[in-house]
Amino acid sequence: MLAESIRQQLRQIVGEAWFKDDPEALVTHSYDATPMVQNLPDGVIYPHTREHVSEILKLANEHRIPIVGRGAGSNLCGGTVATEGGIIMVMNRMNKLIEIDQENLTATFQPGLNTKEFHLAVEALGLFYPPDPSSMVISTLGGNIMECAGGLRGLKYGTTKDYVIGLEAVLPSGEIIRTGGKLYKDVAGYDLTKLLVGSEGTLAIITEATVKLLPAPKYKKTMLAMYKDIYAAAKTVSAIIGHQIIPATLEFIDNPTLRVVEAFNKIGLPLDMEAVLLIEQDGNDMVQVERDIEAMTRICHEQGAADVKIASSAEEATKLMMARRSALSTLARIRPTTILEDATVPRSKIADMVIEINKIAKKYNVQICTFGHAGDGNLHPTCTTDARDKDEIHRVEQAFEEIFDAAIRMGGTITGEHGVGMMKAPYLEWKVGEAGIELMKGIKRAFDPNNIMNPGKIFAKESRKRLVVQR
Amino acid sequence: MSETSIKPKLASTSVNPLAERLKLTLNYDELSNCIRCGFCQPSCPTFKETGIEAASPRGRLALMKAVVDDLMVPDEAFREQMDLCLGCRACEPVCPADVKYGQLLEQTRDAIEKHTEHRWWVKPIRNAVFKQLFPNQKRMRLLGSALRIYQRFGIQGLVQKSGFMKLLPDTMSQMERILPEASAKGVIEQLGTYVPASGGRKPIATVGMFRGCIMDVLFTETNINTVKLLSEAGFDVVIPEAQNCCGALHAHSGELDQARELAKKNVDAFRTAGVDYIISNAGGCGALLVEYGHLLHDDPEYAEAALNFAENVKDVSQMLMEKGNIPQFAVKENGSGHERVAVTYQDSCHLRNVMKAGNAPRDLMNRIEGARLVELQGADRCCGSAGIYNLVQPQMSMDILDHKMEHVKQTQAHYLLTSNPGCLLQMKLGIEREQMSEQMKAVHIVDFLYENLVK
Ligand SMILES: Cc1cc2nc3c(=O)[nH]c(=O)nc-3n(C[C@H](O)[C@H](O)[C@H](O)COP(=O)(O)OP(=O)(O)OC[C@H]3O[C@@H](n4cnc5c(N)ncnc54)[C@H](O)[C@@H]3O)c2cc1C
Ligand code: SF4
Ligand code: SF4
Repeated sequence: MLAESIRQQLRQIVGEAWFKDDPEALVTHSYDATPMVQNLPDGVIYPHTREHVSEILKLANEHRIPIVGRGAGSNLCGGTVATEGGIIMVMNRMNKLIEIDQENLTATFQPGLNTKEFHLAVEALGLFYPPDPSSMVISTLGGNIMECAGGLRGLKYGTTKDYVIGLEAVLPSGEIIRTGGKLYKDVAGYDLTKLLVGSEGTLAIITEATVKLLPAPKYKKTMLAMYKDIYAAAKTVSAIIGHQIIPATLEFIDNPTLRVVEAFNKIGLPLDMEAVLLIEQDGNDMVQVERDIEAMTRICHEQGAADVKIASSAEEATKLMMARRSALSTLARIRPTTILEDATVPRSKIADMVIEINKIAKKYNVQICTFGHAGDGNLHPTCTTDARDKDEIHRVEQAFEEIFDAAIRMGGTITGEHGVGMMKAPYLEWKVGEAGIELMKGIKRAFDPNNIMNPGKIFAKESRKRLVVQR
Repeated sequence: MSETSIKPKLASTSVNPLAERLKLTLNYDELSNCIRCGFCQPSCPTFKETGIEAASPRGRLALMKAVVDDLMVPDEAFREQMDLCLGCRACEPVCPADVKYGQLLEQTRDAIEKHTEHRWWVKPIRNAVFKQLFPNQKRMRLLGSALRIYQRFGIQGLVQKSGFMKLLPDTMSQMERILPEASAKGVIEQLGTYVPASGGRKPIATVGMFRGCIMDVLFTETNINTVKLLSEAGFDVVIPEAQNCCGALHAHSGELDQARELAKKNVDAFRTAGVDYIISNAGGCGALLVEYGHLLHDDPEYAEAALNFAENVKDVSQMLMEKGNIPQFAVKENGSGHERVAVTYQDSCHLRNVMKAGNAPRDLMNRIEGARLVELQGADRCCGSAGIYNLVQPQMSMDILDHKMEHVKQTQAHYLLTSNPGCLLQMKLGIEREQMSEQMKAVHIVDFLYENLVK
């Protein structure tokens, strides 16, 4: 609940129209793409300049009002749900592409810029910005940076953190800091840039960012390897990496996922296969690209692929990639509630993890479809269920707890790219340990002593007990 | 509830009749299917214009669900938000979860309509328009005659000069200027109810022409050209006299019962006529016709017939491309003397998003000799016409139109083709607003094709 005087001040900062607290605004900012979580904020504000952000934060800090930054609200960890009320700060009016610097190969923009629009602008100049979350048609770059988003090209090119080299951020005190710059090298003190990337809006609000760009690879080839045996498909992933080939994309899709993806995209995917691998290689040397594709074709066959198909045109390749991008949302066609997880393991363990997931699904009698960025060891076991069936949801929770536990036992982690938010907070300690949590809390206090920045995220009130205590 | 409570208590303790109605009307399963991924947002014109979540498909669905979940009471803002939706349904084909947004919107508007106290002067107008005028082809004809007299005898000029139009909002007066000349005689009065396949050939199929209501008064020429084109392409054409308005304006304005009545009459009319296909030349009408199956799905008497009807509805472009002996088209005179005539195309949202026939018009245009199809950037985005949207939401409609015209200008086309009367008028309005009528003409694709038919 915001006092009238505060509402008035907020309106003064951004203008009458850009602070809203009518039921309509509150309801439509009570959720993001995370299933089953929703809470009403007390207000919604749309800053237009860094000065707006600074003044809003100062006011909020003084009155201890929670501030939740929001890009497109497409995150999957409850990151923009106002768990403790407060103000949702929507960044989409700050969406300028400030500059593409072709001499330094960098780009600078405001956080509300749409990821896809940015990609198009960069590509129009023959340049390349690799991080490509499947949600890029709607996500914002600010959201990508705060979640350290990955995508289909993470294997060869890394994720968002590998590209952000400079940030402008507003601290809860209202002070504006700049980190990094158009620099490829910078070791002046702690690396605050990297610290802020992936901080999920719990430390500061980002108002500007500089990223590095690459020249666009000239050649690209896409292939689809099909398997009757899911284990063989998963083994191929480790085999390819083991042969020291790093494809740009190496995605795993199991049969149930394949079926729904095909139903939506109608591109002739092989429905009689247990799993497929979608593989793409790119580069500037056509011979090398072809050589890699040939080698991978051979490896796929050696590992037991029933068939390997190479996309005959760029169009076909794009269709395949688009189809893969739609996997999560199309799974929503099976049953009303779709819970996607983000377990990540070392790449040599992919096959074991896939088997483990299927075993756990059976044990708890829940339907889990698995796809993901297998090349990075990042799997998305996705449960199709119904939030209204309390009993089933309970089993789903148990199954996922066991999946996280299995991932950690295999040397993996509880989230590879979607962030901790409120959903994984109870499990964070499993991954980083008690001392790790304390250290992180110390960092949080240094930035945000009054805990107004996206409270309730990353750090849970209570941690879950590990199922199997090991290590 | 005390008046002084500051916290917006969203759920009211007292029973709200609209909320209750929405709970009954809205398909909760369908609402739950939305996973809130937001994939629909980039395609939504009202979101693009406002940048506000509530004005996006995901936001509107969340509002509907919040009402059913007792999280909020449907207030004036709720109604306004539903009104602000164009109903263009660009959000549907991009939704990976296959949420039937259009149906949910219709259900919402129906519920709102049943609980809306219109201002005293709106009710009789709505009544006249929805219940007396549109469903009655004779009255539409009469209106046509009246309009024609008005246009013919210079009253139009008089009114325009008198400054009366200045009293109306800008759009209205601009609209007045672009309105085509109404015709007192419709397609049947001019061609009869049966036109055989041309040249005495054996027909490929018998098609029933859906003449529409406004279409037959303001765009009779297009109706006539449609029949002639179909006949050229090898079809026997029947124009059942007993048909009436499709009911789209009713359905989209929350008059679902009335829409159902109209639908039944059309199903009967075309069933009796014994046609293989039902052909529409207006995307807006066609989209409702293909949804008759859904509209009448729980009517025991009509469910099956309506489904059968719906399955055989095709847009004229689609019919020509898919089944016809496609005639030859060639542009006779060139735009600027030597280069090829540039044509561009603005999609009819309903033809594209609901009838899923957006390719057919383009395929046809590509076949016109001497013409060059320039793709209009954002052609798949609603032009802001959307039924009577441009009259009830002039501000948003014009914002959308002005952005559209920026892209239209870039095409430097000589002709801007469309597949729906509403879009056609809107495009004419756009050209008028930009003062481009010297360089560019908006034409219904059927008229353009017929004009350039090699006979
Ligand atoms: C269908 C689908 C597919 C997806 N695929 C992928 C994928 O392939 N890879 C991947 O990594 N993720 C994926 N995601 C998750 C999600 O899209 C990403 O996390 C994305 O980066 C979120 O961007 P956003 O603009 O929606 O941010 P939001 O969801 O609005 O916000 C994300 C976080 O950032 C904070 N935040 C936002 N802007 C600012 C700012 N300016 N300053 C401070 N904090 C801010 C928020 O508080 C929140 O904690 C997917 C999601 C969906 C629904
Ligand atoms: S695309 Fe479909 S599922 Fe996703 S938010 Fe929009 S309506 Fe909901
Ligand atoms: S119908 Fe059109 S205006 Fe309405 S929500 Fe869908 S895309 Fe937006």
